[in-house]
Amino acid sequence: MKPPAFDYHAPAGVDEAVEILAEAGAEAKILAGGQSLIPLLNMRLVTPGHIVDVNRVAGLGFVEAGPDGVRVGALARHSQVERLPELRRVQPLLGQALRLVAHPVIRNRGTVVGSIAHADPAAELPAVLALLGGSVQTRHAAGGRTIPAAEFFVGPLESALEPGELAVSVFFPALPPRSGTAFAETARRHGDYAIAGVAALVTLGPDGEPERAAVACVGVGPVPIVVETPYRAGWDGAAEAVAAAIEPEDDIHATAAYRRHLTGVLAVRALGQATEEARG
Amino acid sequence: MTTKLFGEPIPRREDPRLLVGGGRYLDDLGPGALAAAFVRSPHAHARIAGVDVSDAVEVDGLVAIYLWEDLPDRVGEPLPLLIPHPALTHGRTAHPLARDVVRHVGEPVAMVVAVDRYTAEDVCALIRVDYEPLPPVVGPENAVQGSALVHADVPGNVGAHLVQEVGNAREAIEEAEHTLAFRLDVERSASMPLEGRGVYARWDSGDSSLRVYTSTQASTSVRMAIAATLELPLPSVEVVAPDVGGGFGVKIVHPWPEEILVPWACIRLGREVKWTEDRREHFISSAHERAQVQYVRVGFDSAGRVLGLELNILHDHGAYTPYGIIVPIITSTQALGPYKIGAYRVEFQSIYTNTVQVTPYRGAGRPQGVFAMERTMDRIADHLGLDRTEVRAANFIQPSEFPYDQGLTFQDGRPLIYDSGDYPASLELLKSLIDWDSFEERRAEAAAEGRRIGIGLGCYVEGTGVGPYEGGHVQVTSDGRVHVSTGLTSQGQGHETVFAQIVAEELGVDISDISVVTGDTRRFPYAVGTFASRAAVMSGNAIALATRKVRDKALRVAAEALEADPGDLEIVSGIVRVRGNPTAAIPLKTVAVLSNPLRYAFDAEAARATQFAAPGSPDEPPLKEEPGLEGRDYYSPIRSTFASGMHAAVVETDPVTAEIHILRYVVVHDCGKLINPLIVEGQIHGGVAQGVGGALYERMAYDEHGQLLNASFMDFLMPYATEIPRIETAHLETPSPLNPLGIKGAGEAGVIPVSAVVASAIEDAEGLVISRMPISPSDLYDLRLAAARGEAERTSRSAG
Ligand SMILES: Cc1cc2nc3c(=O)[nH]c(=O)nc-3n(C[C@H](O)[C@H](O)[C@H](O)COP(=O)(O)OP(=O)(O)OC[C@H]3O[C@@H](n4cnc5c(N)ncnc54)[C@H](O)[C@@H]3O)c2cc1C
Repeated sequence: MKPPAFDYHAPAGVDEAVEILAEAGAEAKILAGGQSLIPLLNMRLVTPGHIVDVNRVAGLGFVEAGPDGVRVGALARHSQVERLPELRRVQPLLGQALRLVAHPVIRNRGTVVGSIAHADPAAELPAVLALLGGSVQTRHAAGGRTIPAAEFFVGPLESALEPGELAVSVFFPALPPRSGTAFAETARRHGDYAIAGVAALVTLGPDGEPERAAVACVGVGPVPIVVETPYRAGWDGAAEAVAAAIEPEDDIHATAAYRRHLTGVLAVRALGQATEEARG
Repeated sequence: MTTKLFGEPIPRREDPRLLVGGGRYLDDLGPGALAAAFVRSPHAHARIAGVDVSDAVEVDGLVAIYLWEDLPDRVGEPLPLLIPHPALTHGRTAHPLARDVVRHVGEPVAMVVAVDRYTAEDVCALIRVDYEPLPPVVGPENAVQGSALVHADVPGNVGAHLVQEVGNAREAIEEAEHTLAFRLDVERSASMPLEGRGVYARWDSGDSSLRVYTSTQASTSVRMAIAATLELPLPSVEVVAPDVGGGFGVKIVHPWPEEILVPWACIRLGREVKWTEDRREHFISSAHERAQVQYVRVGFDSAGRVLGLELNILHDHGAYTPYGIIVPIITSTQALGPYKIGAYRVEFQSIYTNTVQVTPYRGAGRPQGVFAMERTMDRIADHLGLDRTEVRAANFIQPSEFPYDQGLTFQDGRPLIYDSGDYPASLELLKSLIDWDSFEERRAEAAAEGRRIGIGLGCYVEGTGVGPYEGGHVQVTSDGRVHVSTGLTSQGQGHETVFAQIVAEELGVDISDISVVTGDTRRFPYAVGTFASRAAVMSGNAIALATRKVRDKALRVAAEALEADPGDLEIVSGIVRVRGNPTAAIPLKTVAVLSNPLRYAFDAEAARATQFAAPGSPDEPPLKEEPGLEGRDYYSPIRSTFASGMHAAVVETDPVTAEIHILRYVVVHDCGKLINPLIVEGQIHGGVAQGVGGALYERMAYDEHGQLLNASFMDFLMPYATEIPRIETAHLETPSPLNPLGIKGAGEAGVIPVSAVVASAIEDAEGLVISRMPISPSDLYDLRLAAARGEAERTSRSAG
């Protein structure tokens, strides 16, 4: 469990980083918190010729909460975002999700942007970004772009990032008025990736009843599965819509049938909790 | 004796060192050594058609590549079959490197030695092995069909077949008023110590001596194996077990291929060589345990008394049998637990499959035996509509019936005779601790809140402290320090503490003056090893006996100096004194000086032992017995001592998500006299935690090709602390009459009944018969669906 040799780069700025990335092309891997990349390297599941360690790049360790939402820089750790005082007010779903990501020691190293870039369909943060309709801001040698969440997640561990492209920040839109969120999940052990998990966002109408509701499901498809879940005097229809949209598979931890059942149950629970949150 | 330490919950003396990173584990040693790595088979079963190293040899930093063909005769021979048994008619062990055929994923094919582990792994990746796949044999029920063979010369893949019978069980079952027959399944798990295996060898070419450090549970036997295999004189080989980060059974197996190959390569290359196992290697190339398919038939009367029991076991022992058939023998014999049953017939077949070999893991076959017996007790209770504790009580051996002969042969080849115990008292204590009798009220309260809870229990008896022997050496030096050594090893159990407690109490010295060394053949070369909950019983008693020798000698020497009668002397805080006359006293360190007459005064203490300072009688030789204030003794029991325990749990199962939570876990434990209750409790906690792992989380997910799908900590779900309930323990102390200290083993106890207990509680909560462990939420969900389709068995209680 030792990686094969690679060239190691530790750029000090974004420009330098993208230059190195441009030169190395598809041979390069960006190293952020290392909580996903290092195991892959050690197991020789990825064998990049170049590692571009961005941990010394200046100006990427920020988290900013504004009226529009929360912008998280590429070096902000999970724990740093979790502790942001305005988080509960501006976008509570992020905090609800981060509590479910791994364990504190891992959250002290792992980055929010790294988790998004890693695009693991079982991870919580991609589901949050997808549900909220956030975006990823990138830089490459020839400029940069903003990639909407809907286009970002392409497949399991596959994102729209091109070789040479550095995700510099991720933007999570703020909670709309009269809205609430919740994250419900079931994992085999505390802090594990979920067997099934559901992020929910509910917006109330003027009558105080849910007007708009949607969920994002983790671990039951190649990417986070976002489903509009109408409220019709209850969430039964929501559970059906979710069951129809997800594509769970059997693995050694759970059968597809169990995951399907669980996702429906969790969707109803999360939507109920989000409604309560919205009602304050 | 004033230094009251035996029985006291003193904190572990090793903890400060281990907790602040002061431990010296295998990989902390030899930073400059060459590193070894292994090419391991990716196939479960294949013929090796060729090995191409042409690219590999180009790598900078490569030192050597070895294949089986490169090994000299003795080194290349199959590894020893450590515990032969007449019923093991087809015992097979691996070659240290595969010869022609690989029989499980992970079997070593080539050894690479390089300047560091990175380079060694690069070289491994470039070695091309041409495998011709053979049909893989996976699962004991497939294997026993015999359509494909793991070893071409083992028909039906049956390595061993053993029947033991007391009375005529089949007849008793036929004649019984009630009978039941059912099947049970237990899946694989593994010891999984956090520190894997590892070996580091140093060769001194100047004096042709070898020192080997290895993360083992049996350093003395590793030493003898290395000396024999490498044809070295035994005195030229030293083996040291440094701090060992857990063993749980897997490190009792020896010599591992690497324990032969690393020293061999070290001598051949004239360089230090080290191999540190990584986690994937540990999963696929060490050992697993537990997997059995069991068929039970039982006949009983209306009071629930078992009249006849027949147990048929298919035991999956993987690709090889280096540790013989100890595990299924223990299952067969320890299934009987605290019960006297009318007639018993147990039969097992030990089956080869193309999977990692099976050798003892904490509990060593007992969890499976207890699972069979306790599931049977629950079924009987359900069938008769009796309380589960009543059925157990009806079958208990009574306190007046000890010693109790079960009529079978135990794992040590000796009769299965229980020495002592009080099972009715244990059960009463357990029931009161878990409020057994009022549980229906709590069940009703929970149901009113829409919650589903259940209660379960399990009882076991554990043969501990198996022979043949252990020894101890105790030496008081002229600085007053007491040096204790024993040959068996420590893997974190707290031996440094308990052995020191025994010596402090027996000798009358402060514990701070005592140091303990284990598992170092330089200090004590005779030993068996640390397994079968035997260290406290075996080495504890040996050390106590050795200490008594030291004490006797100290009293003799002091008596002469004080011109007193040895019978009038006592030792208090390291001072020998005349009882009732504290002024007539002499420190033990001075006694140590006097027990070694000297000519040369190299320091002040030594001066006191020279010929003009301590003149003896001119007509007697200065030395009357062995010099030095030291003693060595051995303890060898006639047979094992039998500890026992009973556990109960309350679980909650989520009616919707099928998640399973243990709400309460209660342990009543009887290991005879307690040397240190804190350490016993720690052992129980760790054992229960591993038991919870085996009951709810851990399995080895082999697919039909013999690939292990979860060979990492990402997918092999060892429980975290967050998954372990608070464990409530209570002790009974029924002393063993077999040994001087009255103690029994405690190391494995915690793990033994947990699967049975949790199954019992889930069955009670769900009203569905549980016959397969472990059980995950997904499994429970499937079971509910099957029950809804009428395809899973309900308990009679729930079926109404
Ligand atoms: C034991 C354990 C349990 C875990 N459990 C969970 C869990 O329950 N839920 C969960 O969501 N996660 C879990 N994780 C993963 C953790 O959240 C990681 O931190 C996260 O997935 C990746 O973040 P990182 O900063 O460590 O990224 P790295 O490991 O450094 O990188 C991951 C990938 O993203 C790429 N990358 C990183 N940063 C950028 C960037 N700025 N631009 C472009 N590409 C980039 C890397 O090249 C690499 O391919 C767990 C990890 C561990 C070790």
